[in-house]
Amino acid sequence: MPEYRTHEHDVLVIGGGGAGLRAAIAAAETAPALSVAVVSKVYPMRSHTVAAEGGAAAVIKPSDSLDDHAYDTISGGDWLCDQDAVEAFVREAPQEMLRLEYWGCPWSREPDGSVAVRSFGGMKTERTWFAADKTGFHMLHTLFQTSLKYQTITRYDEWFVTALLVDDGRCVGAVAIELATGQVQAVLARAVILTTGGCGKVFPFTTNASIKTGDGMALAYRAGVPLKDMEFVQYHPTGLPFTGILITEATRSEGGWLLNKDGYRYLQDYDLGTPEPHPVLRSMELGPRDRLSQAFVKEAALGRTIATKHGDVVHLDIRHLGAKVIETKLPFVRELCLKYEHLDPVKELIPVRPVVHYLMGGVHTDIRGATPMEGLFAAGETACVSINGANRLGSNSLTEILVFGARAGTAAAEYAAASRPASRSSVIAQVADEARRLRERFLDKSGGRERLATLRTEMQQAMEEGAGIYRDEAGLVAAAETIQVVKDRFPDVRLDDRSLTFNTELVTCLELANMLDVAETIIHSARAREESRGAHERTDYPARDDDRFLAHSLAWYSPNGPPRIEYLPVTITRWPPAERVYGG
Amino acid sequence: MPDTVTLEVQRYRPEEETGPAWQRYEVPFRPEWMVLDALNYIKDHLDGTLSYRWACRMGVCGSCGMLVNGEPVLTCATYLEELPHGSIRVEPLRGFPVIRDLIFDLTDFLNKLKRVSPWLVRKKEQPVADGEYRQTPDQLAEYKQYSMCINCMLCYSACPIYELEPEFIGPAAIALAQRYNHDSRDEGVQARMDVLSQHDGIWACTFVGECSAVCPTNVDPAAAIQRYKLSATLDWVKSTVLPWGKR
Ligand SMILES: Cc1cc2nc3c(=O)[nH]c(=O)nc-3n(C[C@H](O)[C@H](O)[C@H](O)COP(=O)(O)OP(=O)(O)OC[C@H]3O[C@@H](n4cnc5c(N)ncnc54)[C@H](O)[C@@H]3O)c2cc1C
Ligand code: SF4
Repeated sequence: MPEYRTHEHDVLVIGGGGAGLRAAIAAAETAPALSVAVVSKVYPMRSHTVAAEGGAAAVIKPSDSLDDHAYDTISGGDWLCDQDAVEAFVREAPQEMLRLEYWGCPWSREPDGSVAVRSFGGMKTERTWFAADKTGFHMLHTLFQTSLKYQTITRYDEWFVTALLVDDGRCVGAVAIELATGQVQAVLARAVILTTGGCGKVFPFTTNASIKTGDGMALAYRAGVPLKDMEFVQYHPTGLPFTGILITEATRSEGGWLLNKDGYRYLQDYDLGTPEPHPVLRSMELGPRDRLSQAFVKEAALGRTIATKHGDVVHLDIRHLGAKVIETKLPFVRELCLKYEHLDPVKELIPVRPVVHYLMGGVHTDIRGATPMEGLFAAGETACVSINGANRLGSNSLTEILVFGARAGTAAAEYAAASRPASRSSVIAQVADEARRLRERFLDKSGGRERLATLRTEMQQAMEEGAGIYRDEAGLVAAAETIQVVKDRFPDVRLDDRSLTFNTELVTCLELANMLDVAETIIHSARAREESRGAHERTDYPARDDDRFLAHSLAWYSPNGPPRIEYLPVTITRWPPAERVYGG
Repeated sequence: MPDTVTLEVQRYRPEEETGPAWQRYEVPFRPEWMVLDALNYIKDHLDGTLSYRWACRMGVCGSCGMLVNGEPVLTCATYLEELPHGSIRVEPLRGFPVIRDLIFDLTDFLNKLKRVSPWLVRKKEQPVADGEYRQTPDQLAEYKQYSMCINCMLCYSACPIYELEPEFIGPAAIALAQRYNHDSRDEGVQARMDVLSQHDGIWACTFVGECSAVCPTNVDPAAAIQRYKLSATLDWVKSTVLPWGKR
């Protein structure tokens, strides 16, 4: 086998989830003469977009307005969203959703055949499109199947990207391992788009798949691109204990209640409104996720949650919705409860607890999806534009992967069409170096004492303890120390598997290295932000501080030591910072 | 309740072995564990060389299909507890070339999928300013079931015809063709019909329905195939026996 092989394309998309496929289609449509490559570490339809349940927000009904969608998003994000980006987002959302409808997405319908919408947390009207409660699954398969009709898109499935290729400050491709053979492959391109998804696996208890390890964030970070707003980690209030499987917010928009151990709708004690029998928008169970997850922790501290062998829980009650609503609108929830909890939510209470779900932060991009590095674009959960601010509203991110996937695809194609091809000779040495690094550091290495799983567990535990729902200086310092210790031990990791054919242990090992970098940026960004805003709650700085922190954090890589944290002002257009009010 | 359980796993490492071999692992028994959790335990604590695919662990990504005690299942949705006591046999899905251990090659399916044009075909796409295509809940129900396919390949593994006639386009690809054929927004039926009837396999398919029995998302590919045969026969009858019938 040669040390490496090379391939040349015009646009390289790294990631085959919703954002990546949307970007690839946009690039192919923008410039049909360009060749587009999609590299993904799993077959595209395995990407975690597949797991999204509840829906995707976009204004479509006459009673709704773009300004309302923008306001809900901005207040939900505790004023950390860039308002120009939010305005573009809400404006382009309906047409993106319609494109998906034209491509065949099986949206749930009203009796007259128009698209049905449901309410969602933090939204003041019904505007969330859904395909029963497998919305992400249908969106991903629709995009994947549609992508097959574009002749100019070439896929490299099950290739794991290990490094970006950078020539004189410009991104010109990436190095990957072809998993089936172990062959090192270099893909050169005029423009590169990162769409590698989130990083929930940095934490021990998450709704995220095993593959969500923040690879793209780490790749960009190490190449010198800053990561933005990494301190904002979203906990979803309703995950199943032990598995962390998500019970969608749609259960609550259909009318589900959260009950403490006394059967009491405890959210009324946390400034979230007064309980009504029917769901009230932006109130109680339909408050934003940050506030609901925080309320859970306080309720637990008061001893009013229920102890189980997999941690404290509260109950989600959807029994009063009746079998018919549950079967038509929430069939997957019922299936998941029956399968993974042995209970039937038509008749029984669902035990739930907050679970790490989404990262608001990510690779710093502008409104077109361009990063500060020439030739490098990013979109989807791995990017931070930012439309999510300090707390993403549920159902905005499936729409975000379409709007900003398309924007990044278009911008990258335009850039590629206008730029010169990458110079092969100048990056080939980097490819050889990377091939050598992979061999010497991992495959040919002898000895090593550390087990991967041990290091990973220690990292995850440190994150949960120090950078969880509530944070303070001492906890963050301790977490930073642990991560440093794990990083120092990492080079001594021992791999059982030295083979080239589908070496999943090597992949896991490289993913851990990525997660350690991502974890470090989360902790140091959280430490530097001495205020509480959205999902970032500091017990030692309980108030929001607009004077100092109405700003995005940027974490820059520094080779010897923790990241350097800088700030970038938030773009405010029409909605000056105000207090977030929920509950009617 | 036992404290441990034994997994007998089929291994194949092409760089070391010429053919499959079996390896036994003893793992703790936990009532909340799926077969996949036991494999992860092995990978993390006993043997990092064991290779398999998985991702979502909630039955929707379609990665973790394997044979467990000879049955094609998703390992993330199969409790250890529900299996008969004694050792549990885990093998790669049958009917596909094995790349390594429990990982098989699904290129053949992806090629077949593409051949059935699994996308909405319109003579002309309407401008977005015109809003959505109308589709009533009843029209949605016509094809919804076929759209639930997670491409897990359990049906191919169970299919007696695919095993004998690898050219057969197979249950999931046919179900996905039907997913678009029965979508009220689609205009591509004819092209797909031609692809499906290219190979005799579809006529060899009996009503036995092993594919539907193993499908984890109730796609019922067997019904999709029978429905296709019916409409293809009608088409044929209309065009040859009753030449005016197509008018
Ligand atoms: C359980 C769950 C439910 C959700 N429900 C909703 C919802 O109802 N509404 C909503 O708006 N949002 C929801 N979300 C959030 C939303 O689904 C995600 O944010 C979104 O789907 C992310 O899409 P993506 O394309 O950015 O990433 P992904 O779909 O995660 O795709 C990432 C891609 O990158 C590839 N990749 C990663 N690393 C590498 C590498 N090193 N080399 C090569 N390829 C790589 C992967 O193979 C994959 O193809 C939910 C999330 C979860 C976890
Ligand atoms: S039809 Fe069913 S069994 Fe076959 S691949 Fe699809 S989901 Fe799996």
